[in-house]
Amino acid sequence: MAKYLLLKHYRGAPAPINDVPMDQWTQDEISAHVKYMNDFADRLRSTGEFVDGQALAQEGTWVRYDGEGRPPVTDGPFAETKDLIAGWMIIDTDSYERALELAAELSAAPGKGGKPIHEWLEIRPFYGHAPTITE
Amino acid sequence: MDEALLRSLTPAVLGILVRRGADFAAAEDAVQDALVEAVRVWPEDPPRDPLGWLVTVAWRRFLDATRAETARRRREDVVDAEPEQGLAPDTDDTLQLYFLCAHPSLTPSSAVALTLRAVGGLTTRQIAQAYLVPEATMAQRISRAKKTVGDVRFDQPGDVATVLRVLYLVFNEGYSGDVDLAAEAIRLTRQLAAVIDHPEVAGLLALMLLHHARRASRTTASGRLVPLAEQDRGRWDTTLIAEGVEVLQAALAQDRLGEFQAQAAIAALHADAPVAAETDWVQIVEWYDELLALTNSPVVRLNRAVAVGEADGPRAGLKALAELDDTLPRYAAVAAYLHERDGERRTAAKLYAEAAGKASNLAEREHLTRQAARLNN
Repeated sequence: MAKYLLLKHYRGAPAPINDVPMDQWTQDEISAHVKYMNDFADRLRSTGEFVDGQALAQEGTWVRYDGEGRPPVTDGPFAETKDLIAGWMIIDTDSYERALELAAELSAAPGKGGKPIHEWLEIRPFYGHAPTITE
Repeated sequence: MDEALLRSLTPAVLGILVRRGADFAAAEDAVQDALVEAVRVWPEDPPRDPLGWLVTVAWRRFLDATRAETARRRREDVVDAEPEQGLAPDTDDTLQLYFLCAHPSLTPSSAVALTLRAVGGLTTRQIAQAYLVPEATMAQRISRAKKTVGDVRFDQPGDVATVLRVLYLVFNEGYSGDVDLAAEAIRLTRQLAAVIDHPEVAGLLALMLLHHARRASRTTASGRLVPLAEQDRGRWDTTLIAEGVEVLQAALAQDRLGEFQAQAAIAALHADAPVAAETDWVQIVEWYDELLALTNSPVVRLNRAVAVGEADGPRAGLKALAELDDTLPRYAAVAAYLHERDGERRTAAKLYAEAAGKASNLAEREHLTRQAARLNN
């Protein structure tokens, strides 16, 4: 029983096999893709493995503290930022193998020509609890 | 109102409903409803016979749900029939429930969830909060688990080992959210020990009690981990330790050693030392040898290397460590500790930093980072 974050990137992931951007898909191809993603989340809900899923806007801003009484300093967005997160799904599975299996399923979402994108997803384990019994 | 007392009646009520002919899934829902109702009503109007009250309300809920859901003939028969069995709870029911909820066809997370609800009487929301998942997700997990065991016969003997694994998992999850899972695991294991005479059940109960006794000293107020050797032993709960030792001794006297008894024996030897320096490490190594013979687990070998390092010196510990796979979780942390004891501070600092990077939880990561920082400064 452990939680994993599945990260989807706008930029920064290795190139997928079916590497055609969505703005070149047909309406039906886009619909099929969206449906696949929704069905996937629903299936995870029904198996009791879904925790959260969110998508992020493409543009973000850098922000930092600038000293007492001063407004926060902002900068960017930077077009050259290498790693750009598009969204995530958090799953709670019985094993790492199961988490990989689910990530692979998500990566098979259809793209151009209705064929799987084979998109690279990043999988990151959550920190769990410190176990009571260690010695 | 004592909620734990209320919840301790859960298996008895559920068992009575099932013996009256209710199917497990529907009966379990009805019992949940009755528990929720009890929490609402009892503070103002406590019943004289809590068990009887719960059975009556749960049975009524079951009938309502059955009638509302379907007019199927079989269920109507159940409804029309006068209950044959009375109110006497049957200890076998409780035991069968543990077996059913930890059935081998269930995944560990499903077995844990179902046990906490059907045996422990926790609500789905409480279980969801404890495991930090949405309530709907936990509801699905429980509902699927109930479906999975739907065809399992209630009167079949089960496997004690799977039940103990489930309870161990719950205990080790510790404390998060509103539900104290360690305390709940102890309550459920006590309840199990009351209905079955089995040395490993007693062994697990002893193990839990002995670890729980140290809980107050295991972390600082701000949540930092305190290693065993540095814990304030004055804060250990001597009542729990005494009980744990007593339960363990009775189990060991049966002469059927198992891994939980061996683990509890190690915990008892730690509990027995008034100061860390007086720990009987030689005997602890002997118990690790027993544990190794029972489990052949690499994690046990790793812990044994620590004990060997204490009993025979850090060089001996490092030698024992050298025989192990360095990809084991906590290998680097153990290596760091033994190297520091051996006077190699720089190696130890590097290994602590490496171990911090591999930690599986934040508290351990912080602890290991602090160890590295201590040696680097």
